[in-house]
Formats: sequence, C-alpha cells, structure tokens
Amino acid sequence: MVALPPTADGKNNRHMNHTMTAADPALAPPDRETVVQVTDLRRRYGGSGGFEAVRGVSFSVGRGELFALLGTNGAGKTSTLELVEGLDLPSGGTVRVFGHDPYRDRAAVRPRTGVMLQEGGFPADLTVAETARMWAGTLPDPQPVDRTLELVDLRHRARTQVKQLSGGERRRLDLAMAILGRPDVLFLDEPTTGLDPESRHNTWQLVRALLVDGLTVLLTTHYLAEAAELADRLAIMHRGRIVTAGTVAEVVAAHPARISFALPDGLGRADLPALPGAQPPPSGAPAASGDRLTLYTDTLQPALTTLLGWANERGLELAGLDARAASLEEAFLAVAHSEESTEGEIR
Amino acid sequence: MTAPATVSRNGRLLGRLGLGPVSLRRIGVLGRAEMILLLRNKTAATTALLLPLATVALFSTFLSGDGHVSTGALLATTMFGFVLLYVVYYNLVTTYVARREERVLKRLRTGVVTDAEILVGAAVPALALALAQVVLTVVAALVLFDLPMPVNIPLLLAAVLAGCAIFVLLATASSGFTRTVESAQITTLPVLILSMIGSGVTGSVESLPDALARVFQLLPLTPVLDLVRLGWLGTAGTDAPRDFVGVLSEAREPAVIILLWLAIGVSATRRWFRWDPRH
Repeated sequence: MVALPPTADGKNNRHMNHTMTAADPALAPPDRETVVQVTDLRRRYGGSGGFEAVRGVSFSVGRGELFALLGTNGAGKTSTLELVEGLDLPSGGTVRVFGHDPYRDRAAVRPRTGVMLQEGGFPADLTVAETARMWAGTLPDPQPVDRTLELVDLRHRARTQVKQLSGGERRRLDLAMAILGRPDVLFLDEPTTGLDPESRHNTWQLVRALLVDGLTVLLTTHYLAEAAELADRLAIMHRGRIVTAGTVAEVVAAHPARISFALPDGLGRADLPALPGAQPPPSGAPAASGDRLTLYTDTLQPALTTLLGWANERGLELAGLDARAASLEEAFLAVAHSEESTEGEIR
Repeated sequence: MTAPATVSRNGRLLGRLGLGPVSLRRIGVLGRAEMILLLRNKTAATTALLLPLATVALFSTFLSGDGHVSTGALLATTMFGFVLLYVVYYNLVTTYVARREERVLKRLRTGVVTDAEILVGAAVPALALALAQVVLTVVAALVLFDLPMPVNIPLLLAAVLAGCAIFVLLATASSGFTRTVESAQITTLPVLILSMIGSGVTGSVESLPDALARVFQLLPLTPVLDLVRLGWLGTAGTDAPRDFVGVLSEAREPAVIILLWLAIGVSATRRWFRWDPRH
C-alpha cells in the first residue's frame, strides 16, 4: 500500500484500505442499485512469472453514477476496464455487471453495455456511415444512425473514410458507436483524449445528458478536470492498486491546502509564525524552491489570516503570494510522487 | 432484448456445431462490410479475383494429365486448389491480421456479436468469391474442356465445403503468428508450399516413391482435391473412373484425413488465434 501523507486527524486512513466494507468510498452508496461490482480484481500478463498489472482492485458503481478511474500511465486503468468489459478473464477476483460475469455470460451483459476502447476499432477503409450501419446491424435495438452521428457532430462526415478522420473525430465516432445500442451502462476508456477543448466540452455535455437519462458510466481519464467535472465518485490508481477513492471532495479533503510566497530578504523560515493546522510537505512536494517557500495547512483560512496578520504588523510584502485549497491535482500528484518512497516495496 | 431472441432459426444449426448461438443476420452485416473492404483493397481484390486463374493459366503451359485424368480435368481441379489457397487461406490470413491490428476484432468483441459470428462474418466475402470461382470453373470446364458432368455432385460439394473449412481454420491459426499484413507473405509459405506439393498440382503424386506419396497424402490440400476429383471425375488418379456409389468407398480415406485436419485447425486456432494486438 502506497503511503500518503497523514493528516492531523488521520482522516485519510479511510482512503487507504479498499478492503474495508462499512463506509468504503470505492463502493457505490447502499441506496443505489449496484450496476458494476469489482472485487479484489487481479490481472497478470504473461503467466506466473509475468507482470501483474492489476493487483487487487475493488470498487462498485451504482445505477446513474459516473465513476472515474484516474491514474498515472501504466497504473492499470485500461487493464481493469477491459476486465469489466468482459474482454478477458481476470487472473483473480471477480467482476459482475448487472449481476452477471461479463466474460462468461456475454449474451446477458452485452446488449446492455456500450464500450469505447482506448484506441482504434474501426476499419480504416469504411466510411463513417458504413461503419455506423455495420455496427447498428449487429445490435438488437439500435438508435437511428443519423441521429447518433448528429449527437457527436459527425453527420457532415458520413461519407468520409475513417482513415481520413482526425484523431478527435475518430474518438467521437467511437463514442457514437458506444451509445448506438441504447446501453444501460457505458465503459469509456479515455473518451476525450485527442479532442480539442470545444469537442471535449461537447462530449462532457453529451455524457451529462446521458447521465440525466439514468445511464451509468465508468470511464478512465488522465484529465483531472474531466473527473472533477463529471464524476460522482472516482478512484486514483497507481501501479495496479486503488490508492484513493471517494467523491472529489472526499479525495481532496485528504490533502492539505498550499500557501506559497517569496520570503522577504533577511528573513528565514524560523521567523514565520506558527500557522494553524500546519502540515509537513506531502512526500515529493516541495517545501521550498529557490527563494520561494511553500507551506501546507489543513485549515487554509485561519492559516492565511495568521500569516497575513503577521506580515501586516511588520509591513512586509509577501511577493508572489499564492494560496489555494487542495484540488484533484494535489491528490493526483501525491499519488504519483509516492513512487520514490515505495520503489523498494513494489519492484 | 437479450441476444438469444435475435438468433434466427437458421442459426441454430451452426449453434449446434458448438459455435454457440449464431445469428445469420449479424454474420451477413459483418460480411457485407467485409466485402466492401475487400473490393476497396486493390491488392487483396487482385489476389482473390485474378491470382487463382493466372496461376492455373501458367500451370497449363507445362502440366499434362496422365492415366484417367485428362489435362483439362487436372487443370480444372487444380483451380479448386488455388482458389482454396489464395482466395480462402491467404486472403483470410491478411484479413484477420488487418482487423486485429486495427483493433476491429477487439471492438466487435465488446458488442453483442459472438466470437463465431465475428470469425465467420470476416470470412464471408472470401467464401462467397471462392464458391463463385468454383462454380465458374465447373461451368467453364464443361463448356471449354469438354469435361464430363460431375459423377457425384454431393461429394464434390462436400469436398469444397470441407476445403473451405480447413483453410479458414488454418487462416485463423496462421493469423496468430503473423504480426503484420505484409509479413503474411512469409508466414503463409509453409501451408501454401506443403499444400501445393502434396496435392499433385506440381506433378503427379503417383510417380513418387510410396513412402513419400503416403506422407503427401496426409497434407491438408491433398485429401480435399482427391475428393474433388472423385466427386467430379470418379477417380483421383490412375484407377478407372467409378460411378456415384463407387466413389464413396474411395472417399473414405481422404475423408478421415480431412476430419483430422479440421481437428488440427480447431486446436491450432484455439492455441494461436489472437483478438488483441497486445497479447
């Protein structure tokens, strides 16, 4: 287990152990019907001596929720998602989608799922319309093709071959095919990678509209803004494990706020007042760079008040003052930076 | 809206063959898309439409029949062999590799279509073109080479279908160890060469030493062409031609070898076929 910086009241402990049952933030709220249930999932590539990409992951997604899997590159997000999609058998643990095994019980699960792989998936020489007609032809109850292409703003490209589409257009075609079969749950692997900001916002809007209709969504992303924007709950993965999970607020709450500024000449760290809720720097995060100092606190407002009062009394100017509450970025970086401290354990 | 509800009645027959529920409608949809792709790909279209005929035309300059098999009969049945090798086998190896590398196979597997439907759907254009060329060959041979009407049409048909099945399975298996469409030119050589030398298309097996002839008879194309010649001409070589019933006793041994190759094809496909470029 990767160690996160402790907080004063130890509240991030609840993010640490996903095998806990009572109020495990990786699990769907009990008042919602569980659509996806993943329990102690493991995936090993290349036999028993091979590489274990997923090392005991547990989470669940309730009906109508959007659950985001965040993580560093190679954290095991896609490997996890592919098992949930039923593309392969896990080497350990279980996956249930609507109560069924998505690999062994394909016929029961597939009519209710829509999937977007991380890349590719459509023959380069077919046009957009031919691709959509082919895909629709395999589905039991497809939506009208034209309307679906319209939703992702690709109708004007219907006669264009897939190989002539831009990367962003291909992602949108892929999304259109994922929703073509009127699924109850969507699995999206990096749905907005390669999209320009406008297309990204359009995609978010579409996904939000689908959520309003009661769809359940499980997605991976490395855009923190995407998770913050869309996710009801999220999990941050690192090296095959879920390190932190919960709502954005819960995940962020485990991390201290940051105040940084340049100390006026002639003053040292020791001259600063004691700040309320002060925290040691999270592992990997800087305490100082150049003449800039960064302080961490659990209680941003009182800490800032104390600091500014102290500066005011002395007539000091704190150049480049910057104070911010923790965001997903802090949580994410804390996970990514914990690499060095756990290198020995994992390798 | 569960999958079994969409399975057509016709599909149940294929389903009983252990392929799971199969929908002919879905196979048709995939096959149609695959046909568009084949016709848009000039290299593949040329291989599938012209190569068998061109090869047989080349062979006609030096092949000559012996025993009870005339030159025309030898060339016509040899055409069957090249159709199976180029249109079905080689063409399908490149198709499966191309779809795998484009992640089309993986993407289809996330949907409602079953594995069997994906594999058969991708093979539809190849099988349709192969059957069309076989029928044209029979017609052309009857008209141009003055060949007799086939002695046993059901046997001839069974031989063609068995040949298609063997070479589809060898194609799915070969695609597993073929990394790119280009490298198919090399990875298909073992099956292509063994099939050609063993089937008598490069010369009569009868003229070989017994032990070698015996080995050649065990190669994948040989029993198929034996059955084709039995079904059409009533003889696979030097024996006098037989009638509809007479050929059946001769057909037994090639049929057993065909079953063996079907079993090998299934297990090789299980072992080597890959849906995903990554593993």
